[in-house]
Amino acid sequence: MNKAALFDKIESEQFRKEPMKFNVGDSVRVHTKVVEGDKERIQVFAGVVIGIRARGLNQTFTVRRISYGEGVERIFPTHSPRIEKIEVEREGKVRRAKLTYLRGRIGKGAMAVKDKDMATAAAAK
Amino acid sequence: MPLGLIGKKLGHTRVYNVDGVATPVTVVQVGPNLVLQVKKKDSRDGYNAVQLGFDSQKESRLSKAVLGHIRKQNGSPVKRIKEFRDFSKDVKPGDVLGADLFEVGQFVDCIGTTKGRGFEGVVGRWSFAGGDMTHGAKGWHRRSGAIGCRLFPGHVNKGLKMPGHMGQVRRTGQNLEIVQVRKDDNVLLIRGSFPGSEGEYCIIRESKKIPVGSARLKAIHEHRTKIRAAAAGAGEKKAADKKAAAAAKKK
Repeated sequence: MNKAALFDKIESEQFRKEPMKFNVGDSVRVHTKVVEGDKERIQVFAGVVIGIRARGLNQTFTVRRISYGEGVERIFPTHSPRIEKIEVEREGKVRRAKLTYLRGRIGKGAMAVKDKDMATAAAAK
Repeated sequence: MPLGLIGKKLGHTRVYNVDGVATPVTVVQVGPNLVLQVKKKDSRDGYNAVQLGFDSQKESRLSKAVLGHIRKQNGSPVKRIKEFRDFSKDVKPGDVLGADLFEVGQFVDCIGTTKGRGFEGVVGRWSFAGGDMTHGAKGWHRRSGAIGCRLFPGHVNKGLKMPGHMGQVRRTGQNLEIVQVRKDDNVLLIRGSFPGSEGEYCIIRESKKIPVGSARLKAIHEHRTKIRAAAAGAGEKKAADKKAAAAAKKK
């Protein structure tokens, strides 16, 4: 077996069985397993996906939220078994791959990403 | 003492371990290793050792003497031949060893040849600070400074750190954990990195110092073994439950 095929094999074993469906701009709730002592519980991080770094097995995505008036970002490895599931609350319509412009925003506009359905409806009009 | 194999470094990737933590690993091809000769203390060799051969080679690149030595075990021409002193496993000439010589969670030493850096200055070779890049400094940026005293001692001290050839020497990475043993591919996944470039030959052998050494490494090993056993137990239980459910359905 050649090297590339071997690496593909090693990595493909670890890919998520059901690929997660979400896009940049979506508002999501990420459920992560957290181990405290011997107990395991689920922690949820909700926010807007502001970027996806596609690197095969090493793929990560960044979620941004405003917590008590302070912007917080968390980077999750997509294929980590610690991530239980991802719920998409709202699909967003964006024109950029990385929403870094949200970082400069404060107040009401900080999380303002257009709703996909509304946007398409408006376009239909 | 140490079991060992000749290996070839293939590259690096990442594996999620039993805790769900991403572990960086080095992928090493460690087989098939062909046992070419077994030396015994009471024979004319005078010491205990096992001679292994690894990787395929063009027949024309070997001398007839070496080729004959390999053909004796019905082997195909090999590229690297290495001896391992006091091999703790009983093997005989003609045996083929592979990744399953080691097990998951075991600690190994990985011996490789560091990347050659050529003639390297003191900043690169010994991490000297050099001089200022600015503040009026001219042509005194990466020098070593003074190297001696005066009439006494009248010579430069031996062993003083100076520019010179760097790299391409044998070095050992000690106590690295085996994360995965892939028997079918004859590949080991070893935690972290160790000396040598990709595609370079290396030696993977049982850790020499771990049994007397670190309580920390021992603790890690025990912790992982525990989780692994629990995971295996859960898997079996799941399978049993499934079977029971299927049986119930049939009824």
